[in-house]
Amino acid sequence: MIEISHLTKKFDQFVAVDDLSFSVREGEVLGFLGPNGAGKSTTMKVITGFLAPSAGKVTIDGHDISSAALQAKRLIGYLPEGAPSYGDMTTLEFLRFIAQIRGFRGAEIEQRVDHVINEVALESVRDQSIETLSKGFKRRVGLAQAIMHDPKVLILDEPTDGLDPNQKHHVRALIKSLATDKIVIVSTHILEEVTAVCSRAVIIANGKIVADGTPAELESQSRFHQAIRVTLTDSHDLLADLKAVPGVASVEVAESNGLAYTIFAEGGASIFSQVSEVAQQKHWPISEFHVERGQLEDVFRSVTQQSEGRANG
Amino acid sequence: MGNLGIIFKRELYSYFATPLAYVFIVIFLITNGIFTFDLGGFFLRGQADLLPFFGFHPWLYLFMVPAIAMTLWADERKTGTIELLLTLPVRLVDAVLGKFLAAWVLTGIALALTFPIWVTVNYLGDPDNGVIVAAYLGSWFMAGGFLAIGSCMSACTKNSVIAFILTVAICFLFVIMGSPILLNAFPSWVPQWLVDAFSAMGFLTHFDSIAKGVLDIRDFLFFSVFIGAWLLASAIVIEMKKAN
Repeated sequence: MIEISHLTKKFDQFVAVDDLSFSVREGEVLGFLGPNGAGKSTTMKVITGFLAPSAGKVTIDGHDISSAALQAKRLIGYLPEGAPSYGDMTTLEFLRFIAQIRGFRGAEIEQRVDHVINEVALESVRDQSIETLSKGFKRRVGLAQAIMHDPKVLILDEPTDGLDPNQKHHVRALIKSLATDKIVIVSTHILEEVTAVCSRAVIIANGKIVADGTPAELESQSRFHQAIRVTLTDSHDLLADLKAVPGVASVEVAESNGLAYTIFAEGGASIFSQVSEVAQQKHWPISEFHVERGQLEDVFRSVTQQSEGRANG
Repeated sequence: MGNLGIIFKRELYSYFATPLAYVFIVIFLITNGIFTFDLGGFFLRGQADLLPFFGFHPWLYLFMVPAIAMTLWADERKTGTIELLLTLPVRLVDAVLGKFLAAWVLTGIALALTFPIWVTVNYLGDPDNGVIVAAYLGSWFMAGGFLAIGSCMSACTKNSVIAFILTVAICFLFVIMGSPILLNAFPSWVPQWLVDAFSAMGFLTHFDSIAKGVLDIRDFLFFSVFIGAWLLASAIVIEMKKAN
């Protein structure tokens, strides 16, 4: 379990992380979200022991990252932002170096290296020097390095940044498969990733937590939650039909051709039955009709902008 | 093998994986030859010793050693691998020492490859080989002093060219500290103990006596403490500056 309590990190006068507290349990995949400069990377650098906190503390399974750094670091696998690695080494040499540093000896070294090479599909570039690899391969070398010792805690700073859709899919599947008995913290600004792999999402802005919950919980905070999206084949005056329907908050034209509408629900209550009833009675020329779960992007924007408003005001 | 050894191996390996080590060794040997035979008048002196050879080492190291030292930490910071290295279960002291030792061994290899000149002087005459061994060791320790300064300067900046220039400047200061030209320039009101202390910090003060065969353990101790102090400073600077 990772416990972060009252963590603050200042750079001179600038407060990058401001009194942050949360904990992550085994089996959780935590999506760490926030606008650029919100303090995501700084928080990860403090959790992994690269930077010392200005105040507060971080413990990994009871080991304080400041006072018991080596014990804590042994439990962590970390992919830093940009997946840095030694460019003059080949993939194999670099991974062997990591395996040795991680304490493997003799035959174990080859065994672990072969295992991670398999896991992230690096066979084709085993003997190529890292500086000649494409961005996607470099990122995978970074991932391989992070999972070398089958760590209890995996911290990945933007693991899919710069990958093509196939590679992204592969990395997400990998994270999911690793996650069962581990703690995984993934920072990203790709919101679909959160819904795809994370069991929990924490949004930070200006170094503070502004939202924390399962992706579904966060989606339900969206004004699109329970909203109904209707696409028509022909124009029809929905507004008039819906005026008297209880629970409907408002109706907006979703596409400029005037055939797609979003019907918003009042207070996030379900309005599916009411609206579908009206649609049948009034014979709407419907081609598509579905209930929105809510949009994470919408929640993200509203919570981070609120925070910015507070910070500036 | 501890982490220090693993880091040492990786660093030494990377010198030889790139042309750096070979270029360094070749240029070192060529300039050594020019200095010794041409400027030093090795043959003209008619003496069976290596004084002209060792005498130029401080000036040779002044430019050669900072060239290997400049990338030690500057490149780690520039490419971000410092974040990888320092989040692995590695003590900072192992990282600082491992990197330093790899660079020091490289200078040792270059120095050892000057052995033909030793063979030559033994062929031509009857030198005191004890003095020569001591001088080789002294020269290697002095190279370590230059490197330790370089390690610290390299930790100060992301830019290896700046690290090079800073290292050359500071090394130059330590080389001339003990030279008579500088010591005579002190005005007479400066107390003698201050002049002595200044002179005691100079590389030439210690290296000249070693090269001449005056084997004093204090001269080696000076270089060892000097190396230790600059490596400690490197660790402190890395700790302070790794964030930016």
